[in-house]
Amino acid sequence: MTTLILKRVALGILTLLLVSALIFAGTQLLPGDVASAILGQNATPESLAVLRADLGLDQPLLHRYFSWLGGFVTGDLGNSLANHQPVADLLWPRFWNTMALALYAAVVSVPVAVTLGLFSAILRGSLFDRAVNIVALAFVSLPEYFLGLLLILFVSVQYNLLPSLADTYPGMGFADWLKATTLPALTLVLVTVAQMLRMTRTAVLAVMDQAYVETAYLKGLRTRRAVLRHALPNAAAPIVNVVSFNVAYLITGVVLVEAVFNYNGLGRFMVDAVSKRDLPLVQAAALVFGAAYVILNIIADISAIALNPRLRHPR
Amino acid sequence: MTSSPFSFSLDRRHFLAGAASLAALSAGFITNASAQSTDTPKKGGVLKLGIGGGSTTDNLDPRILKDWVPVNQAFMIMNGLVEIDANNHAVPELFESWEAQPGAVEWVFKLRQGVTFHNGKNLTVEDVIYSINLHRGETTSAARSVASALKSVDKLSDTEVKIVLESGNADLPYILSDYHFLVVPEGWTDFNKPVGTGPFVFESYDPGVRSRFTRNPNYWKPNAAHVDAVEVIVINDISARTNAMMSGQVHAINQLDFKTVDLLRRNPNLNIVQSAGGQHFTFLMDCTQAPYTDNNIRLAIKHAIDREQLLKTALRGYGRLGNDHPIPSSDRFYAADLPQRPYDPEKAKFYLKQAGLDALKIEISASDAAFSGAVDAAAIFRTSAAKGGIDVSIKREPADGYWDNVWMKAPFCMSYWGGRPTADQMLTIAYQSTSAQNDTHWKNETFDKKLIEARALLDDAKRKEIYAELQSLISNEGGAMIPMFGDYLDATSKKLKGVTTHPMFNFMGARLAEKVWLDA
Repeated sequence: MTTLILKRVALGILTLLLVSALIFAGTQLLPGDVASAILGQNATPESLAVLRADLGLDQPLLHRYFSWLGGFVTGDLGNSLANHQPVADLLWPRFWNTMALALYAAVVSVPVAVTLGLFSAILRGSLFDRAVNIVALAFVSLPEYFLGLLLILFVSVQYNLLPSLADTYPGMGFADWLKATTLPALTLVLVTVAQMLRMTRTAVLAVMDQAYVETAYLKGLRTRRAVLRHALPNAAAPIVNVVSFNVAYLITGVVLVEAVFNYNGLGRFMVDAVSKRDLPLVQAAALVFGAAYVILNIIADISAIALNPRLRHPR
Repeated sequence: MTSSPFSFSLDRRHFLAGAASLAALSAGFITNASAQSTDTPKKGGVLKLGIGGGSTTDNLDPRILKDWVPVNQAFMIMNGLVEIDANNHAVPELFESWEAQPGAVEWVFKLRQGVTFHNGKNLTVEDVIYSINLHRGETTSAARSVASALKSVDKLSDTEVKIVLESGNADLPYILSDYHFLVVPEGWTDFNKPVGTGPFVFESYDPGVRSRFTRNPNYWKPNAAHVDAVEVIVINDISARTNAMMSGQVHAINQLDFKTVDLLRRNPNLNIVQSAGGQHFTFLMDCTQAPYTDNNIRLAIKHAIDREQLLKTALRGYGRLGNDHPIPSSDRFYAADLPQRPYDPEKAKFYLKQAGLDALKIEISASDAAFSGAVDAAAIFRTSAAKGGIDVSIKREPADGYWDNVWMKAPFCMSYWGGRPTADQMLTIAYQSTSAQNDTHWKNETFDKKLIEARALLDDAKRKEIYAELQSLISNEGGAMIPMFGDYLDATSKKLKGVTTHPMFNFMGARLAEKVWLDA
């Protein structure tokens, strides 16, 4: 099992390296060079040369890539081009904001989705099953920004229950924070619940159709015990997989939701950086997103291994 | 809830028809330059503003102010030298009065006395000179070219500053109203946490996110700074900004979307502030590139656009017709006598014939980078020009790099200009042949000569005459087709009192925070 896990981690690191190369290459592919993009119409040959040297653009490509990557690994994300502040100071507070929102959404959506999925598997074909599935499908079919706007329309503007702005600031009370972030979290919950719910239902159903579950019923077990004790553990791997996939989405897919609710997270930060052509910010944000995605996938893989006896005890 | 924006049964036509009877249930309009005189200001409350146009890389250095959030924040902390009032006149701020020598080269400005900075320091002539010099000489200041007109800035006495210009300019007080000319204590360098003489004192500031400033108890301006504190929430996304206003989370938002103003109008808790100003939208013909070298072609094109329809469609009517020159009707030198150029396809054909053509095929470069709705505007032009025998094809340009690759380079493209405080500045930056931003590449010696002549005149009547001539010159010979001016649109809560229109920018010339008060 250890070798398997080590293999996964190594693969993850390799993926991250590839992602970093892609991000770096992407920003190099921009038309013209970065220095002339920054100076625009004010560019004179002298000012271009000075800025190029400042940014280290006169170094060979590979050298720049490795010094950037080396800096990233050691926690030095470089400085913003626009105001020369360290990228790390700007990035991490917003990263934790995004994580907080993702955590809030995950704490709600994962239990809800798994519970609803279980019940709709147990009550397969019932009115409950169908209703839950139709509603979930309806929500997953709407783009998240549209869903966010609908929620604002009814919850904020029409009935004024919750604020439409996720206006958070350091030092605000937890209750205030919850109130401010409930609408964006709810949007994310609605978008992610459907997939997890349906995967749970399918996975549990697939197991329940197997002979040993039938045996469990035949020896007189109640449904509850048959599902929880016998079916669910064997269906756990695909469920964990889809859950971690969705949690990764909660972190990386929030750009639009953050824009709609004006939430001060990494997604909005990245949009801001792109519009200002502040490349060190864009690169750092992209790599952080990539890392979050890869790490969550590794966790999913490892959990799947841990939950699968055949992988846990390979012959 | 009957007048909520989403009662779908009430469509716009019906709404407008019944608007008069529903007046009490719909948004109000503020189109006046003076506040309701019956209201007396109240103290207290926390003012919350949702402002678009900020970024995480902002700071409050007067030299780099560029976008609306930092400009508004800067005016909360600091004061300018001269203010432009709601009627577009230069009025005293930290400069109490001024006088020009004949020829308008030498000026003496008197400094307001008894003003203190937030740190307790008295405002002196040295502070003012230091603050002006931030923009002079070797500096990265965005106001550097404006300040280059100042040849010397010297202390005359403890209360007076003498400014000598490179050449005469009767508009100097207007030039000093530029929002970069803010006053900080002599030697001040910490612009992440500036100290000023302004209505509010720095409390917390997170660039591109939010700020909170508290009332300056010693503010020198009478009848100003009514609220206890002002919070700015940066909301760049227009729909998020609109939603924040609709749900009552902020008291005012800037820069409404022309397309959704009619929706906001249905909200009974709001006022829409509609200010006529100088921002205008241009179709630029490069006078040095064929076929636009021929003024007949330029005149044909100027007659081939349906301005009324463009204004109605692109700006939903929230603007004014343009007359192919850049001076707005709010300017004191506006040429009101110049006849409005109509949409006249026959005239367009006539001018084509003058140029020796039966029909004309042209291409216009368009992108919404020029202004929101520019591509639609090009399409409207295409339709109306067809009737005048002009076949327009639209070349869609990417928004990225539009200002580098298309503007001032394409033979025919779309653009815009924000307003300038004076006619002279507007005409100089965009039409003087030597200007780096003469974006139609138009050269006219008479124009250049008269522009400089008018600049130094202290006699307003005489100046008005010359400026009328210049506007007529641009309109009849210039390379810019200017079909419309867009109004500045803000929305404010009805609880917010003291709000007026302003000819310069949104939010009462970016000084809204010190002028308004909250009515419980």
